[in-house]
Amino acid sequence: MTIQAETRTVNNGVNVAALLGAREALDQAPEAAQFKWRATCEWVNGTHSRSIIGNFFGLGTEQSRENTFCVEADHPQVFAAEDNAPTPVELVLSGLASCLTAGIAAVAQRRGIQLYSVKATLEGDMDLQGILGIDNDVRNGFGVIRVHFDISADASDDDIKALVAQSQKRSAVFDIVTNPTNVVVTVN
Amino acid sequence: MRHVTTVIIGAGQSGLAMSKYLTDYSIDHVLLERGEVANSWQKERWDSLRLLTPNWQSRLPAYSYEGNDPDGYMSMPEVVDYLKRYADLTGAPVQSGTLVTRVLQVDGGYEVTTDQGSWRCRTVVIASGACNIAAVPALWAELPRSIVSMTPMEYRNPGQLPDGSVLVVGASATGVQLAREIHASGRDVILSAGEHVRLPRIYRGRDIKGWMDVIGAMDVRYDEVDDLDRARRLPSLQLIGTPERETIDLNSLRKLGVEIVGRLVGLRDGEAQFSGSLANYCVLADLKMNRLLSSIDAWISANGHDNRFDAPCRYEPTNLGPQTRLSMDLNDSSVKTVIWATGYRPDYSWLDVPVFVHKGRIRHDGGVVQAPGLYVMGLPFMRRRKSSFIDGAGDDAADLAAHLNRSLYRAAA
Repeated sequence: MTIQAETRTVNNGVNVAALLGAREALDQAPEAAQFKWRATCEWVNGTHSRSIIGNFFGLGTEQSRENTFCVEADHPQVFAAEDNAPTPVELVLSGLASCLTAGIAAVAQRRGIQLYSVKATLEGDMDLQGILGIDNDVRNGFGVIRVHFDISADASDDDIKALVAQSQKRSAVFDIVTNPTNVVVTVN
Repeated sequence: MRHVTTVIIGAGQSGLAMSKYLTDYSIDHVLLERGEVANSWQKERWDSLRLLTPNWQSRLPAYSYEGNDPDGYMSMPEVVDYLKRYADLTGAPVQSGTLVTRVLQVDGGYEVTTDQGSWRCRTVVIASGACNIAAVPALWAELPRSIVSMTPMEYRNPGQLPDGSVLVVGASATGVQLAREIHASGRDVILSAGEHVRLPRIYRGRDIKGWMDVIGAMDVRYDEVDDLDRARRLPSLQLIGTPERETIDLNSLRKLGVEIVGRLVGLRDGEAQFSGSLANYCVLADLKMNRLLSSIDAWISANGHDNRFDAPCRYEPTNLGPQTRLSMDLNDSSVKTVIWATGYRPDYSWLDVPVFVHKGRIRHDGGVVQAPGLYVMGLPFMRRRKSSFIDGAGDDAADLAAHLNRSLYRAAA
């Protein structure tokens, strides 16, 4: 039941040696594995807001970046909003897709599979009776999220399915959306 | 204080196999056993349990099954008789009713304290098993008090459960077997499944454990696998030993009427929360099963046996319906019992030697512990994939006894 490591050279742009080295180092020093990810968000107007994402904490110290990133969110005109940016729930879909896609590239590199193209298409079902408070039995969030991958790679169908499955197994965002998380909110 | 060259802690298959080799090397030793030979098989298993390996596969050094049902699966009383006969046959020096309370490194070896006095020895073999304590997740503490909470160590049969439905947490060998049996007793059962390993009992007319042995999968060594930690953490196989040689998996349980839900990931104010990741774990298990079946097919073809066995086949993918339930209010449901089939771990509370890595595991290289003269046996994938099976005790004992013997010579030189 072992997977044969392939010897041919593939390049998915992932530095697997560095990832494996990090895994080994963090196994020896679990305290360095404690990370904190951060974002700040300011209200602009209406449902429009702007998040700034920059520094994070990890490997036992503050990590600074060369750039900070800006992510905006709003709501569409059918919600009587200005549609300046995607809705937060669409950003969740985007986050899930990006996390799974990055995982697919890393696992493929590790397994010696050359990727040619990876495209994820996502759809989340939502019953607005939840967020509008019409029916307390309806949840606010997605009832179900469907993710479809179109992947072209130098591998069998089963090996490609295994890539996608392994990526889900090790995905942070997949875990965040499928499992509960304690959320602590404070004011001032 | 008594003196002996080697103390073996535990008289199960691992300790007995080691004893056989030490006797062959003329190394004086004693097996300290808290109960009797094969104690945990006798006292810490549920009534209906049978071995997951066929009778012929319970091979031990200079000993094998000679009954008239080589393809059957031993019940627990049969396992106990089988190992007791082996202990008699090999003349294993078992001191039963002796509980080890402390092992301490001293000059030139170890001091082993028991409730029946102390021993001084040069080498110690820890053969006390991998399944001493039921590992229960921390969220256990959040269970409403009205619900009976039980581990497989305490479970014997459905008759001891209160009336009402049962939530079985964990879908490895223990969880699927208990779910099946409790459902058959007339109770509604909900089975919470995370990562699992699915296998057919019989493939191409032969037992799957037989195939894994024949193709060499059980002999794969610990220094040959890509990711040893992962191999050692692999959940136990979804198998059951029944006279009908039936296959047990999430599909078969669902057809019986067991409700399958995702991994139990939260318990808050009595509400159990189940993960939405179950579909992926089912895909992983189906793919893994098919890889094993493909390697069996390849072995059969490579050895020119295609016509000797049934044709290759693949099984229906795991199908749990459109959506599994994500939560359940235990304050307001028919569930009256939760059984934690969430794995086992060894108990080393008596081991006072600095050989631990995080999470209480012993640091060892294929059973050779990083303290001179200290060995461990019977852990999952310790030296080989078969290390934690009866069939694996012999080869591991041969290797470790040879190492132990050499270390005594080196010390004497």
